[in-house]
Amino acid sequence: MKKNDIILIGILLALSLAAFGGAALYAKLGTRQPQAVVYLKGKEKGRYPLSENITLEIRQEDGGYNILKIEGGKADITEASCPDKVCVRQRPAGGRGESLVCLPNQLTVEIENGGEDGLDGSTN
Amino acid sequence: MAKKTAYLGMLIALAFVFSYIESLLPIHFGVPGIKLGLANLVVIVALYAMDIKTACVLSLVRIVLVGFTFGNPANMIYSLAGAILSLLIMILAKRCKAFSVTGVSVLGGVFHNLGQIAVAAVVAETASLFYYLPMLVVAGTLAGIVIGVLASLLIQRLTKAMP
Repeated sequence: MKKNDIILIGILLALSLAAFGGAALYAKLGTRQPQAVVYLKGKEKGRYPLSENITLEIRQEDGGYNILKIEGGKADITEASCPDKVCVRQRPAGGRGESLVCLPNQLTVEIENGGEDGLDGSTN
Repeated sequence: MAKKTAYLGMLIALAFVFSYIESLLPIHFGVPGIKLGLANLVVIVALYAMDIKTACVLSLVRIVLVGFTFGNPANMIYSLAGAILSLLIMILAKRCKAFSVTGVSVLGGVFHNLGQIAVAAVVAETASLFYYLPMLVVAGTLAGIVIGVLASLLIQRLTKAMP
């Protein structure tokens, strides 16, 4: 290994650590009334608050499906018709900015804030 | 020429087997796209012990073979995007001579993940995938170190034997 290799590895790890910390902080501090927002092919299909436990089936036109389960404040894909099951093995998502993705079915579930976004309170 | 062709065939077979072995390992980190990339070991060895053309042919033929056998043809576009970007960066990094095999391998690993995630974001029409970027960069770096160290050991021993 050359000195440049070590520098490269150091820079990459430091940058990712900083970005990772930033994302974790963003999720921890900025999550309010989180909702799971379901997108199919980039189009919004529904919003489900993470505070209510539900299980729902998201069907595609071509017969493919994903089962989305919301439990204990986290969203998780528990079953899917796709061949690789990457979405099923993904960790449950609960913080703002996190997402679940099923590429074969072109489905994404993103965690977004619900309610009056950006307002902590107002007076009249 | 015949000797070179024979080596290319052997390397493709080796990369193919490595991909298969990796598909059998039940390692999942809960983040899509994280893997060791054993097949990249063969590509890097080809890049150093043979030439750029061999490494490119080897990488592309392997992806098509894997896609149509135990892999998933629908995922081929992600593998191709990752492999092409990774190869380009590794060729450039090797040319500029700033890095050893390990540095080249690390860059290859990181840019493989970048290429995949960029295409995936376009296909799924969502930028939310970039949330996983830091984890994928760490994974690419670590996998790149392992593959790079192994590759430099192999290259030392193989350059004498290869055409």
